[in-house]
Amino acid sequence: MSDSIAIYVARYRPGEDDAPTEQRYDVPLSADLSVLEALNYIKDELDPTLSYRWSCRMAICGSCGVMIDGEPRLGCKTFLREFAGRGELHLRALDHFPVERDLVVDLEGFMGHLETVKPWMFHEAERPVAEGEYRQTPAELERYQQFSQCINCGLCYAACPQFGRDDSFLGPAALTLALRYNLDSRDEGSAERMPFLNADEGVWRCTFVGYCSEVCPKDVDPAAAVNRGKVASTINYGLNLLRLAGGKRDA
Amino acid sequence: MKRSNEPIAWSLFGAGGMLLALIGPGLVFTTGFLLPFGEPVATWHAVDAFIAHPLGKLFLLAVIALPLYHTVHRLHHGLQELHVPLPHGLVALLCYGSATVLTIASASWLLVR
Repeated sequence: MSDSIAIYVARYRPGEDDAPTEQRYDVPLSADLSVLEALNYIKDELDPTLSYRWSCRMAICGSCGVMIDGEPRLGCKTFLREFAGRGELHLRALDHFPVERDLVVDLEGFMGHLETVKPWMFHEAERPVAEGEYRQTPAELERYQQFSQCINCGLCYAACPQFGRDDSFLGPAALTLALRYNLDSRDEGSAERMPFLNADEGVWRCTFVGYCSEVCPKDVDPAAAVNRGKVASTINYGLNLLRLAGGKRDA
Repeated sequence: MKRSNEPIAWSLFGAGGMLLALIGPGLVFTTGFLLPFGEPVATWHAVDAFIAHPLGKLFLLAVIALPLYHTVHRLHHGLQELHVPLPHGLVALLCYGSATVLTIASASWLLVR
């Protein structure tokens, strides 16, 4: 293993740069150094003007997502040793998001999509606290648990070609989140969320490319969730046709 | 947000894909190898009897129409994904329209047989 590695970071300073340009930093190489730690090294030792997001260092907070050699990945979960053979790697801000500065992207639209699908519990009638908690069997938990592991890192949006073409698409994480609540036995809000799944901007913009599931650092498998959303939406469509045939109004 | 009509296209696409996956190889083997190399007169009578039966007609319509819709759905979205600069509506009309025309033609032929 050589003793240093060249990290090319796409710098972008709004108001100063017209477009992102790569800047080279040489970072001492060690087997247990993550890309995030390398960025911290650059910031502390080489260039305090570099901007990037991070917090937990352990793939829980979802802040440090960047394009690493063109692939959306978490900086904290990717190690420099993987690139030691080539002696260099390239970092840029997550694809498909507006860049605010250097590796920092604007997540407002993404957060808006998450909120759109109403990711919270609905109850027809609120139960008094005295009646105790809403209990679930292990089987009921199993139905949605995988889909509840999302850390909102946005890697699946950087991977999704449909979101890249049109950011009105609710996208993998938001649609997975909707399914997570729809599958929860304690929730009674499916009818509130289905209109968003049923829309073109909902599950139907997805063409099952599946790259979202490949890049997901938490193995949530959003592509499977979106496809299950398509089944749910198709059933909903059929039931709506029956409702229309029965003279009831469009739901 | 407006409800999408994509469930219709997707259901036909899914049904066609499922059908092809389950019986596609058998269908190719039967029509490509078993029937051409069988005794011609007996084969003709067997196929004729199959087409004469309502369930045979239904089966044939399913194995013609559903894979057609499956194919055009793939084409439609595939062209879009390849960024082919054609209007979305026109491609949809050509794809699903041609599948529908061929389906109606097959159904009509099966009905008069």
